[in-house]
Amino acid sequence: MSQVNSSLALSNPQQLEISALQKVALALVGLGLLVLIIAFAGAQVVSSWVMFRISFFGIAMGSLLYTQQEYKNKPEGIKNNGVFFKSISSGGVVAWILGIVVTGFYVCLYWFPALLEGIIRMHDGLSMILRGKIADQWFVYGTFYTVAVLLMGIKFIYKYRHNKYQTIRTLSVMFFQLGFAYLLPAFLAAMNQPEEYFSYFWPLDSYALRPDWIGSKAGIGNFGYFVIITGFLLPFVVTPILTYLYGKRWYCSWVCGCGGLAETAGDPFRQLSDKSMKAWKIERWMIYSVLVAITLLTVLLWVNHQTHNNLLGGITEPYKKTYGFLIAQMFSGVIGVGFYPIMGSRVWCRFGCPMAAILGLQQKFFSRFRITTNGGQCISCGNCSTYCEMGIDVRHYAQRGQNIVRASCVGCGICAAVCPRGVLKLENGSVDIDQRTEELKTIHISADEVGILEMDA
Amino acid sequence: MHIAIIGNGISGVTAARHLRKQSDHKITLISAETDHFFSRTALMYIYMGHMRYKDTKPYEDYFWSKNRIELRKDYVEQIDFQSKILNMKGGNLKYDKLILAVGSAPNKFGWPGQDLKGVGGLYSFQDLENMEAYSPNLKHAVIVGGGLIGIEMAEMFHSRHIPVTFLVREASYWNGVLPPEESAMINRHILEHGIDLRLSTELKEILPNDKGEATAVITNKEEKIDCQFVGLTAGVHPNIRFLKNTTLEVQKGILVNEYLETNLPDVYAIGDCAQAENPLPGRRPIEAIWYTGRMMGETVAYNICGKKIAYDPGFWFNSAKFFDIEYQVYGTMPAKLPEDHETLYWEHTDGKKSIRINYNKNTQQVEGFNLMGVRFRSEVCEKWIKEKTAIKEVLQNLGLANFDPEFYPQFEKDVVATYNNKTGENLRLKPNQKLNAVQRFLKSFS
Repeated sequence: MSQVNSSLALSNPQQLEISALQKVALALVGLGLLVLIIAFAGAQVVSSWVMFRISFFGIAMGSLLYTQQEYKNKPEGIKNNGVFFKSISSGGVVAWILGIVVTGFYVCLYWFPALLEGIIRMHDGLSMILRGKIADQWFVYGTFYTVAVLLMGIKFIYKYRHNKYQTIRTLSVMFFQLGFAYLLPAFLAAMNQPEEYFSYFWPLDSYALRPDWIGSKAGIGNFGYFVIITGFLLPFVVTPILTYLYGKRWYCSWVCGCGGLAETAGDPFRQLSDKSMKAWKIERWMIYSVLVAITLLTVLLWVNHQTHNNLLGGITEPYKKTYGFLIAQMFSGVIGVGFYPIMGSRVWCRFGCPMAAILGLQQKFFSRFRITTNGGQCISCGNCSTYCEMGIDVRHYAQRGQNIVRASCVGCGICAAVCPRGVLKLENGSVDIDQRTEELKTIHISADEVGILEMDA
Repeated sequence: MHIAIIGNGISGVTAARHLRKQSDHKITLISAETDHFFSRTALMYIYMGHMRYKDTKPYEDYFWSKNRIELRKDYVEQIDFQSKILNMKGGNLKYDKLILAVGSAPNKFGWPGQDLKGVGGLYSFQDLENMEAYSPNLKHAVIVGGGLIGIEMAEMFHSRHIPVTFLVREASYWNGVLPPEESAMINRHILEHGIDLRLSTELKEILPNDKGEATAVITNKEEKIDCQFVGLTAGVHPNIRFLKNTTLEVQKGILVNEYLETNLPDVYAIGDCAQAENPLPGRRPIEAIWYTGRMMGETVAYNICGKKIAYDPGFWFNSAKFFDIEYQVYGTMPAKLPEDHETLYWEHTDGKKSIRINYNKNTQQVEGFNLMGVRFRSEVCEKWIKEKTAIKEVLQNLGLANFDPEFYPQFEKDVVATYNNKTGENLRLKPNQKLNAVQRFLKSFS
């Protein structure tokens, strides 16, 4: 009798510890974060430009190296092993600490920027190069945001390298964040133009389309008129066409910066979204209330403007301030991103974004988009629902052979990716728009023979 | 009327749901396994940390009371068919109609040591708990049986970095179902994941330690393999031991006619435990598959509610996933090619994707599709098979069947080229067969 040598392994199944190179990678990230903390504490050990470069290099190189070590020896495929065992991705201690740190950062950013002075000064060098002026807290925020989308985007692409849809989609959100939400506004600033973000528009950009917005743009000449025209074209012409053709995903998971962060930095937390029927009810109340609120606000501001504040002048100003504080700052920033590790990556997109509300209504009623269910192949395992960042109970539809047409679906395609039986496919088709959600037969009894019976879900 | 259902798996639950849709009868769903219905097929994902138990429950807990389906966690020990009473550990229950949906149990073939501690299958929630209990100090696991559950179990241990030896009796993985090339592909993939795959190797006995736990196995090649867990995954059989020696007619499973009625009045059997007296052509008498359980559950509900409908699962299809390689089959696809069939096989150079289409040599009609690492559209394949479409017609329209995500490379033209090479034909693939074309095709009459 011989003893077994189990070291046939190509990828080492016994590897439990992190590799030496991963330790180096973590040390680099740690160094980068340490420099940030030193700057935050107000100490300037070396020149702030040197500190910036050490921090940036450490965090970037460290995370890229870690990513590469994490995936390079593993065969291509779904990488969700241990998601619910790890503290950071299962709402454990690490998740709470991270949530508190990020939330705290947002609180400083919006209301106490003076506390971030050291970190802001660290970014002066980069800001001078890109914008020709020193940094402010919003430039720092933009830099952090963009770096997070890029680094975590690369990680996401490596993780899903077998999946072309995921790769291309992620390259798209990385491109729009870097180009349209970071570099372009910076270059505009360098040319003494207003910092325009063309990837955000009304109603997500709550300042757009207001009378004073139009006034300020009109004041700067041709470029201003261009901004005003695109500000109207994007929500009222481009959006309906693209949403009809491809569903809301063209924006929410391909272009939008909020979506971009959720799909990259937020990916480790997507499984934390609440899938209950109750959450869906709350979602519908909240998101459409926000849409009504911003629409009303924009209209009120115009009424006011036309009547020279005679009508409703007294309530508009506090209304505007409240919307800005509650929705634009508290909701989309503090809760939307700070609570990633606790409530999942799309809290803002799901419960608060007025843009998602409009796109969703159109997706539901007038779009070619749907997720097709593949006959009777569903085994009700629940991977699709678990990994839906929008909290859609995808399985509910898939197991009854029904296609999925839901207002909230951002078309990230992860349900189709994690499905072990090849049941789901995101696709567009025009010939059956009003019949997209018809229930299919899961058994071979003709519909008229037994009648279609409905049941409370 | 009171309808009792024993078993809260997919068959029993589907029956309960459809009974409720159609009637106001009192429905009791009995199980000793879990409080609520969960997806058995997702057990592996709980172990691997992809999901929690609660994520595997297809319905929220309020669903049952809302739909007046009474849940009873109890174990049925005996059935008095004469007076229609279930004798359960927690008391008796009177029924008017009974649905047996009692599922399967893992096969054991009389191996010495098969009932030791640290030996288990993977079917029930308790099996998962057993695996979990032995995992923390597990240095090595041995899995016996080269089927779908065996490879799942290998993937599960692998995800926890526990080395696995996988004993497969056959000369190649699952070669009783998969054609040779596909079977070889999975052999390679198992090895790629670092599993110690032993083909043509059988279990001889399991050795105990002094605590009565498994400590090693001995193979038919007289090799001793140290391990602390032995997974028995050599198939399943209907879980009907408690029904032997009753008036209920059973063979391997509970015998049912096409209406899923047993030999006793008001007693029905569905799912893994049912055995068809007269199996439909091309189908096995017992099919322990998720979707057939679901279909039987729906069918039995119609029959109980007075709409007599024969069980008809339609054309054969199935799917699975072997580590990272997805598998789908549509239609007739035996491991060994029948005399009058011709096969067209294309394999990607990466050795992880393939498309196989079988067709009849004489009539040229397509018989079946076998896909590895490629997704095909069920309804399109079904229509082609049902309508006996000729292979040439299918090949030219193969894009209609593509179900891979957008932007994936498409291989239909490679399949057509393989056919052209083989036959000297010059077929051309119709380009751009997107969803609109699919819809038109599905609605067309031939």
